[in-house]
Amino acid sequence: MTDDRKYLSRRAFLESVGVGAAGATLAGVAPRAATAAVQEEGLTWVALRVNGRSHQLLVEPRWTLLDVLRERLELTGTKLGCGRGECGACTVLVDGTPRYACLVLAVEAEGREVTTVEGLMRGEEMGTVQTAFVEEDAFQCGYCTPGQVMAAEGLLRRLPHPGPEAIREGMSGNLCRCGAYKHIFEAVRRAAELRG
Amino acid sequence: MLPTFTYVRPKSVTEALELGATEGAVLHAGGTDLLGCLRDGVFRAGKVVSLSALGELRGVARTSDGGLRIGALTTLSEIAEHATVRGQYLALAQGAAAAASPQLRNQGTIGGNLCQRPRCWYFRGDFHCLRKGGDRCYAVNGDNRYHCILGGTACYIVHPSDTAPALVALGAQVRVASRSGSRLVPIDEFFVPPARSVQRENVLRPGDLLTEILLPPASGRSVYRKVRARGSWDFALAGVAVAATVTEGRVEQARVVLSGVAPIPWRAAEAEALLTGRQLDADTIGRAAEASVAGAQPLAHNGYKIHLVRGLVAETLEALA
Repeated sequence: MTDDRKYLSRRAFLESVGVGAAGATLAGVAPRAATAAVQEEGLTWVALRVNGRSHQLLVEPRWTLLDVLRERLELTGTKLGCGRGECGACTVLVDGTPRYACLVLAVEAEGREVTTVEGLMRGEEMGTVQTAFVEEDAFQCGYCTPGQVMAAEGLLRRLPHPGPEAIREGMSGNLCRCGAYKHIFEAVRRAAELRG
Repeated sequence: MLPTFTYVRPKSVTEALELGATEGAVLHAGGTDLLGCLRDGVFRAGKVVSLSALGELRGVARTSDGGLRIGALTTLSEIAEHATVRGQYLALAQGAAAAASPQLRNQGTIGGNLCQRPRCWYFRGDFHCLRKGGDRCYAVNGDNRYHCILGGTACYIVHPSDTAPALVALGAQVRVASRSGSRLVPIDEFFVPPARSVQRENVLRPGDLLTEILLPPASGRSVYRKVRARGSWDFALAGVAVAATVTEGRVEQARVVLSGVAPIPWRAAEAEALLTGRQLDADTIGRAAEASVAGAQPLAHNGYKIHLVRGLVAETLEALA
């Protein structure tokens, strides 16, 4: 309760200095006066690169990459599932490899290239993995899907033509409560085909 | 939301050692275990000291004596896929590949894997147990199906690492740095059983930093096998790392190290003694498998681990024969 109130007040403070506005991409250097003031509040500047765009953000060190993607950058494609690195719903790519965004501190992602499910889009066109998931009907409720898609994307970047065993292994860090695994594995195979 | 802490990212090992020695500091390597512990309130951190800028603690390289040096911040994925590790230290590659999930292996480091805290659900849960400074081990009379059958005294955790038993079998050493210098510790002496302390799992003191793992020149063959309740990913119910030199069917030397059944990677010394100098035939394998659980004292719900270890050791030795 206490923590939540503190969090809300900090968030309100952030927005009042105009840098926490959702989705804002600030070019250049942070305003100096604000820096000094907010650091006393336990906040720190972090430079993040997400889906090819650079962001300067004020964050608390305890905020995870998942918190920042969803709450600060409004990239809500990445889902919060278990929040403890067990389900895979928050999978994103960090420097091209899959990680659980709920177990990465936002400050630790500084200088890394972060890719979320939104980053796989080419304009209004879906990427190959997303297309394959639709073609193969690889989801039911869809909640785990962004994480599954990112795990598959990471797997295919490392291993463009995985066999059935490599697909199962590559997707083993993602749970699907609906049990759509068979179709998910099929979608990964299909995505590899689409990528040629 | 995690509890609040301050965050620093030192640029050098020297600076990291200074910061790591300050009050309330905890070290952050991959962070996968640390963040879980902080979230669950297993312990607190006033200051998180990130090691992520210390590039010199990353990577695998040959040493001048023909062994291998693995930086403590090398990820489990890198180790699992490394050609030399796979070719000459197979048990370690298999241990790294058997740990956690792809996402966690991409982030988790070998140093962190050795230093991770136990997975005992009382320790991780809302129980003020012996290991957290309380007055009892709740596993003794509780649900102890995943607890130890060997080496338990007062506390009945199992050591959760899959790479540790492989490194013990392979005769590794670890380098521990502190402000007063660095020392090499044989990995056999790195882990601390509950008989010596119920509050820590290794010899590291506040301010110490595990910087690298050194493997001797490869000799013989090695293998790590792990059994888990869930096929996709899970901690070991039991596992075994075996490193052996077998010449014309005769065992010249062997190390047999168990995971998932003891508070430290457990050297099955009686099995090792029994194997040494003998033909690796069905009779020897059967006796070694029996000897591997010598002294086991199961709790109310984990007697199955005795059978599991016997079978696992027998199968693993058969594969080496």
